[in-house]
This record gives sequence, C-alpha cells and structure tokens, in this order.
Amino acid sequence: MYEKDGTKYFIVDSHIHAWDGTPANQANRYGEGFLNCFYDYHRNLSPESELWTHEQFQKQSEEKILHDLFEVGYVDKAIFQPTYLTDFFVNGFNTTEQDGVLAEKHPDKFIVNGGWDPRDGEAGLGALERLAERWQLKGTKLYTAEWKGESKGWKLTDPWSYRYLEKCQELGIRNIHIHKGPTIYPLNRDAFDVADVDDVASAFPELNFIVEHVGLPRLEDFCWIATQEPNVYGGLAVAMAFMNHRPRYFAQIIGELLFWLDENRITFSSDYAIWTPKWLVEQFVDFQIPEDMQSEYGVLTTDVKRKILGLNAARLYDIEVPAEMRAAEPEIPTGREPVASELNKEAMSS
Amino acid sequence: MTTAVSLETEVWRALGTVLDPELDQPVTELDFVAGTEVDGDEVHVDLRLPTYFCAPNFAYLMVADAHDAVAELPGVRRVRVRLLDHFASEEINAGVAAGDGFDAAFPGLAAGELDELRRTFLRKAHLAYQEQVAQQLLREGTELADLVEVRLGGLQPSTALDRLRRRRDQLGLPSGPDALLLVDEHGDAVPVEGLSARLRFARTTRVSIEGNAGWCRGLLDTRYGSGGTAARSGLH
Repeated sequence: MYEKDGTKYFIVDSHIHAWDGTPANQANRYGEGFLNCFYDYHRNLSPESELWTHEQFQKQSEEKILHDLFEVGYVDKAIFQPTYLTDFFVNGFNTTEQDGVLAEKHPDKFIVNGGWDPRDGEAGLGALERLAERWQLKGTKLYTAEWKGESKGWKLTDPWSYRYLEKCQELGIRNIHIHKGPTIYPLNRDAFDVADVDDVASAFPELNFIVEHVGLPRLEDFCWIATQEPNVYGGLAVAMAFMNHRPRYFAQIIGELLFWLDENRITFSSDYAIWTPKWLVEQFVDFQIPEDMQSEYGVLTTDVKRKILGLNAARLYDIEVPAEMRAAEPEIPTGREPVASELNKEAMSS
Repeated sequence: MTTAVSLETEVWRALGTVLDPELDQPVTELDFVAGTEVDGDEVHVDLRLPTYFCAPNFAYLMVADAHDAVAELPGVRRVRVRLLDHFASEEINAGVAAGDGFDAAFPGLAAGELDELRRTFLRKAHLAYQEQVAQQLLREGTELADLVEVRLGGLQPSTALDRLRRRRDQLGLPSGPDALLLVDEHGDAVPVEGLSARLRFARTTRVSIEGNAGWCRGLLDTRYGSGGTAARSGLH
C-alpha cells in the first residue's frame, strides 16, 4: 500500500521474477548476452540512486526480494511471471518452480504463474495439468521468441498453441501473459508482430490476454488490436521505467493507451529485478501528463492511477482490495465501441 | 593519401544512405557505425547495435545495405562489413559476404527474403510522415474535407515532405507534384469518412517509431558509453 496526500493506493506488481542469471547458471554466450541486455535496460532507465552492480543484478536473495518489493516497495501482491529459457540457462532463468519456492513460503504476498510451450506437444499438456494443480494457477506467461533446439520461436496461432489455450480454459487459467521477443520463426517476418494475439483473443473470449510491455516496440499494432478486442490488456513492464529519463515519451505511451483502450485494461509492473517498484510507484503517483500535451491526452486522475497501480490486476486475479483503496467510480468496464470500428484493417495499413 | 581521405568521406556518405528500417534513420546518425577503414581499394566497415539480441532480420538488412552502398562507390574493389557483438553476427556476416541472401544465411529458420519486411516498415514510416505533414496543415486551419484534396506540389518544403517523397519512391507510390498527400497503400485517395481515426492511428505509429529510436539510442549509449559519434576511421 502506498499513501500520498491522504489517498491510499493498493499496489499489485504484475510482472516480477526471482531469476538466476549468475555465470554458473549461464549455459552459453546467449545466456550471458540475455542477462547483459537486461542489465543495460536497468542501467539505461534507472534513476542514479537505484543503480545496482552487475553482480547484484545477477541474482537476488529471498531477503532482498522481500525487502525491495514489500518492505520498501509498497507492493501488496506480486505476480511471478516465469521465463524458462532452458536453452540459455542450465537450470532455467526463472521457472515456476524457482518462483514457487518463495510463493509457498509467503502465500499472502505472491501469486505464481505457470508457463508452457506448444512445441512440447502432448507431453507438455500433461505437464501443464500437473503444474496447474501443484500451484493453483490462474495465469501463465508465454514467451514466443524462446529458443528450443533448432526452433527459434512459435506463434499463438500454431495448432498446438490452440490445444494449450483450450487446456488453460479447462483448468481455469484465465490470464495469458504474452511477451514477444526478437527471434521467432520465420526470421524474415517481424518478430514483434502481435497479429496472432488478435486471432486468439477472438477465438478465446473467456480468456484475458495481457500483452507485456504494451506491445513495445510495436505500440501502434498493440493499440490497434486492443481497441477491438475487449479481452486484450496491456502490461506496463518496461514502459513504466521511461518515466524517469523520458517523461514525455512515457506520457505519450500512457496517453495512447488511454485513448485506444481504457483505464481498466492497463496493469502496473516493475519487471523486477530489472527495476524496483519503490521509485516507480512514487513517481507514477506524482506523474502528470505535461501541460502542453493535455489537450490531446487529457490528465491522469487519482482513480486512473489507482486502477493502473493495482485495481485492474486485482480484478484479473480475484485479489481482495480494502474498501478505502477502491476507485470512486464503478469497477465494471464499460465495454465501449472500438475507436475505429468503422474502418477495416486494410484501410489503416497504408 | 589524398585519395584515401576522400574515399573515407565517400564511404561515410554512402553509409549515410543506409537506414535502420525499423527506426527509419541513417545508421550514421544512430551511431551504429563503429568504424571504417580504407586500405587502397578495400574498405572495411564495422557496425554495432544497441543490444546483443536486436532482431536479426533488421540487422541483416543494415549489414547488406551497408555492403551494397559502399561496393557501389567508384574505386572500391572489395568491401567487408562486420556486425559486432550480436548473437547472430557470424551468420549475418558470412551471409552478406557470400551474397546468397537471408534465407541461405539462416537455413531452415527463414521462409523467404526480407523484401516484405522492409516494405512493412517503409509503409509505417510513410504513414508517420503523412500524418506529420497533415497535422501541420490542420494546425494552419485546413479542414479535413480539404485535406484529402491536397497535392504534394502545393506544400511548403519540409524535411518530413522530402522523406515522405523518398518513401513513396521506394514503395512505388506516386510522389510527383500532382500526387495527393493522403493516399492508401495502393496509392489511392483516402475518403474523408474515417480520416480522423486514420490520422490518429498514424500518429500512434509515429509515436511508436520515434519512441523506439530514442530507446535504441539510449541503449547504445549505455552499451558502448556515450562519447558522441563513433570513430570515423581506424578499427580497434
């Protein structure tokens, strides 16, 4: 919980990890490159006071995680999003099992999500069932650019992916978090294309599709889909961190999201341990769209901030929110018409 | 010696025509050129990117385009372009050197060449420039209904307009003075119905492209240290 000027904010950090990026766990140069890429993200966007050494960044102890998130980071509930990357890291980078150790010890603080890969075929479906039972899964994280031997990625529209999504529905795993990465088959197409999200969101209206990093670097494609599919959400991991060094760009991202979606479908994430929630929460509560942009984007109200910081994710994950931290207005999304419903995609892609 | 110096300049100028397709900016301005070296009639170019995992398809396009731009210079017999510090450096460098195309550089991982990918991003850039020019007209009082009639010949010169014309030429769309400012991907006029939504989406596209460029610049600085532009000669 964060309190400022007499207003209380319920905080759900929807995208965190308990990773092991130490050299001992790096299987090859790709693992090393992956961690260094994250570390550059951290160095590039963190405030000076929040910078860690490379060694601190490689792995965080249980005490450190609890401290950063709950003791000083204002977080009420944090959601683990696993990233297996077993081709890059000997024991996986951040698996459900690794995350689950902490979640089991602190059930009041953490929710742990699962993961699956349609390339695991029939065996993977059985594994998902066991995972769901073991961890009472309500969500799953998918990384379509994950390498698996010769394969350099997969699409949500692959036939096996549909089988897994059906299985999710059957098991009550309602929240499907998706992260796009730079490598995916076929390599001659845009790996960040979110068109496959559009297809599965239409095919599975009962499921929620949370596109991590709000589709960045394809914000426009993400907005285009999200305005038409009421079950598509935007996770603010990475996007949040622009607030410190690039506030005007951050204002544009938030402004665009509020224009194309609505304030009920955007969720706060620190992407811990790339960044820590403390400064993100503090800065976001103080943040406002710059005055010269307000005619276009409007302003961020307390209720909008409350929804983004915690209420929206709480709704997705059935998390109890104390009465004094709820929004003043009703929580039910209005299910408004898409912004550009009168146009077809063909006409817009010139 | 004098020839070497002027060829250096020519090489730099040639590299200035190579764009990052995703960011629509020259690699020289993005600081992606780590160094160039002229040795008689041989030219060596080193490129670098903001992250180890930058998308290999865009990386390949830049390496191949850099190779072609320099190879076209008079007095150049041999070109070697190397991409540094990238997970697919080896495949990309070897593929471009062999000149067999992208598909051959990544056997089994690609399903064809990169022409369509390049077009996709040219279209995005074109859409963003259209919006930029159109917004200026709207600010000056042009009505939406008149906007669809505006032709390129009647516009004030501007960087956005130059770039828009260049993208049109690359896309094979009309770019002469009689060409309409607002055309769809087939070069046809755009109806006034739905125009504001179309412009709104184009603006989002522009925000996205500009934002990505800023992010990439920042990451490149973080990765290689910000020290202004890359050395324009001498490889280390």
